[in-house]
Amino acid sequence: MSEAKTNETVRLTIDGREIEAPKGAMILDVARDMGIDVPSLCAHPGLEPFGACRLCVVEIQKPGWDDWYKQLVTSCLFQVSEGMKVWTNSDEVRQNRSVVLDLQMARVPKSDHIRKLAAEYGVTETSYAERDTDDTCIMCGTCVRACEAVGRSAIATLSRGPDKYVDVPNKDACMGCLVCANLCPTDAIPFEANDNGKRRIWGKEFDLVADERTGEVLGPQEYLAHIRKRGNNNGLRMPDDMKHESAKVKRFDYAQKLCRVAEVNEPVAEKVK
Amino acid sequence: MISGNGKPFASPQDLLKRADAIRKVRESIKQEIRVCAGPGCIARGAKDVHKKIRSEIKSRAKELKDVGLKLDATLSEKCTGCHGMCEAGPVVTLEPEGTFYTGVKPKDVKKIIDKTLLNGQIVESLLYRLGHQRGGDKTERYADIPFYRLQVRVALRNVGVVDPTSFDDFLAEGGFSAFAKAITDMTPEAVIDEVEESGLRGRGGAGFSTGRKWRSALRVKKDRVWLICNGDEGDPGAFMDRAIMEGDPYSVLEGMMIGAYALGATDAWIYVRHEYPLAVEHLQMAIDKLHTVGLLGDNILGTGMSLNMRISRGGGAFVCGESSALMRSLEGKVGEPRAKYVRSVEKGLHDEPTVLNNVETYTCVPAIIDKGASWFASMGRDKSKGTKAFSLVGKVKNTGLIEVPMGRTLREIIYDIGGGIIDDRPFKAVQTGGPSGGCLPADKLNLPVDFDSLSQAGAMMGSGGMIVMDDHTCMVDVAKYFIHFLIGESCGKCVPCREGLRQVYDLLNKITLGDGEEGDLDKIEKLCHTMEVASLCALGKSAPYPVTSTIEYFREEYEEHINDKVCRAGVCPSLIMYEINDDCNGCEVCKKHCPTDAITGEKKKLHVIDPDACISCGICMSVCKFDTIDITSGGMIVSRDVVA
Repeated sequence: MSEAKTNETVRLTIDGREIEAPKGAMILDVARDMGIDVPSLCAHPGLEPFGACRLCVVEIQKPGWDDWYKQLVTSCLFQVSEGMKVWTNSDEVRQNRSVVLDLQMARVPKSDHIRKLAAEYGVTETSYAERDTDDTCIMCGTCVRACEAVGRSAIATLSRGPDKYVDVPNKDACMGCLVCANLCPTDAIPFEANDNGKRRIWGKEFDLVADERTGEVLGPQEYLAHIRKRGNNNGLRMPDDMKHESAKVKRFDYAQKLCRVAEVNEPVAEKVK
Repeated sequence: MISGNGKPFASPQDLLKRADAIRKVRESIKQEIRVCAGPGCIARGAKDVHKKIRSEIKSRAKELKDVGLKLDATLSEKCTGCHGMCEAGPVVTLEPEGTFYTGVKPKDVKKIIDKTLLNGQIVESLLYRLGHQRGGDKTERYADIPFYRLQVRVALRNVGVVDPTSFDDFLAEGGFSAFAKAITDMTPEAVIDEVEESGLRGRGGAGFSTGRKWRSALRVKKDRVWLICNGDEGDPGAFMDRAIMEGDPYSVLEGMMIGAYALGATDAWIYVRHEYPLAVEHLQMAIDKLHTVGLLGDNILGTGMSLNMRISRGGGAFVCGESSALMRSLEGKVGEPRAKYVRSVEKGLHDEPTVLNNVETYTCVPAIIDKGASWFASMGRDKSKGTKAFSLVGKVKNTGLIEVPMGRTLREIIYDIGGGIIDDRPFKAVQTGGPSGGCLPADKLNLPVDFDSLSQAGAMMGSGGMIVMDDHTCMVDVAKYFIHFLIGESCGKCVPCREGLRQVYDLLNKITLGDGEEGDLDKIEKLCHTMEVASLCALGKSAPYPVTSTIEYFREEYEEHINDKVCRAGVCPSLIMYEINDDCNGCEVCKKHCPTDAITGEKKKLHVIDPDACISCGICMSVCKFDTIDITSGGMIVSRDVVA
């Protein structure tokens, strides 16, 4: 929710259930708060919505529209409004999600995550021409946006169209925080960690620094210097459950956690909780 | 040329007085020579023609003086923007008679001076022939040529008339009178009312009401508002905006200045694609000039209005013509569109309120302020008012730049203005709206050309490209061509566009190779639906149109490719064969030229092409002087060069 928080609310219906939600909230956030499973590959609570993966599409209808008319919108960046009706799992929604996943299957045949998701939509084998590749990058842009959000912009998407790829044009800026690799939904960014106190990613090697008292590995020198300098002004969007707590401390903490090595590859969002 | 006194104009009245003074001096001009310096004519040598005209006028000043013609007093010459009839270039017109000379070469200049300037006669050999055909009727004046007679020029009013580098020329043609009127007699609201009442809709493609867009920007609370002019025209075969920016840059700026006044904008950008260097040059010249005469900068014409204008050159990405991608590009970021659920009049460039319009839209604004909303609204039909510029290209006799009132039928545009199909072949389809537009078949020729009729028919207005195709065009191949273009231009941000285009292309390619299977069409249609509804921006949403419209109107052609392995247009190399018919006299020319030695046969005896060795390159067909080589597909002759 990028809009400033106000106390204004709107009433809407999602999948037949009435809900009161803050004005300016995105449909995806509201639906997930209600426990509705809306798939997405590029949305992350710590980042601005992007709208690239097209999986979170839902159908909506606003008051005053013709009865038959529904619009397919991207729920991660479509705001809720008064009287809106939302369908998160209609035939049209499922049909388009299945085509999108079918296309992703053809793009990254080796990705287990995509395979699993696709199966939920009845796609077990792609109907299209498969790429011959081990790469599992689905071009969701999460890594690039996260790198920008932590204030480095070391990596970027290069080229365009089907040839688009992620690379590290600003290699000097990489501080080995692994936020890109950890947020990647399809584990497409290779890295080596905890290898004799060293870490390797994007063709760069980093020495890891440990906490003097506890011995806990804190991260590469470059990353610690960055955190010290940027502190709480790191440009990251807070997940909702952190907004009510002591913002300054939490924000700093959150950034640190985002940037920290995930020694095991579990989703960072869960770690934060 | 009359030059100013170098001081900025102190008031709008000052400016208008100056315009009157220039017009008064120019009353004495008895003859004006206009050399078209549009890109087409320049490519054909217009600059040399112009040089020759200048030197010839100088060296023969005495003779000319005897008939009362003195350069810069009673005689003037200038280079103008595009006249429109590009394939007849270089074009030279003589005013006030409106004499129209085509294909002028430097050596023809002497003839023009001898005959026309000195003796008032016509140089017959340079006249336009109807339909460009030998023996076609000659026409002296452009006003009598159907190509021009049927046009109504609003956006193109000064293109081909004024010298784009001359501020005085523009003033003399009534330039800045609309801006002066707006800034002295009208409130910002009144300007917006006028634009809204005129019914002007965005000429860049989407067709949103310009007045409404401006009004909604006015309502947004803001510290500042950005004004952007989109000159990133990138459709293959489209050059309307280019012609305007190159041929009449001051009108674009005047339209933007009126917009800036109405919206209270103090900063404006013109985003021009990198491939238009002349447009950038002329616009920059115009901006610099306006700064020196006090029409840009601070305290414009002493009214307290301020406006800064800058040009940004696009890096050559088609997608940057999409407004939100254009704004990202202006910010120095990767030109990727973003969802427009929050409109750019609220949050656009640098997240500040932004109004973006197309070149042609801005150019219409001064005309509307000058002549009134009802004048503009009197042209056009239904909800599409005014006129629209098109670039008419493809297999049509008169290719070039045209402008007609909305609602003219495709037939009028293609047959009356365009002169019909080259070699009078059958018309097959017309593609409107740029690469993501649609192809309309012959039974849609009576369709009125306006925003709503075109989109109902599955095509779109787009920015105004119009590509005419004859029966030698394969519609599957056309769809494949446009999809290939879009693959190269998709930004790659969202899945349906990035991955969908690639897969659609693969399927189309498979079909043109003769490997199409049952079910391929269903797959394509399903994919196209998702691209249309689930893509992020207008590029992706409209990308399937070339495919969906050709499937709708030419489905049998797809089916023939898939089921019968036939390409009826004789285009797809894998589905056609070259065969020599019985008229062959055994001249051996084709045999000698064949790169794979596929042709056998003795001299003066019938030759034969070995289909296994033939690679369908078509060289034999182009070298045969006796038209004895046929293209066959599925055993039928699909192409034979018949001159009707």
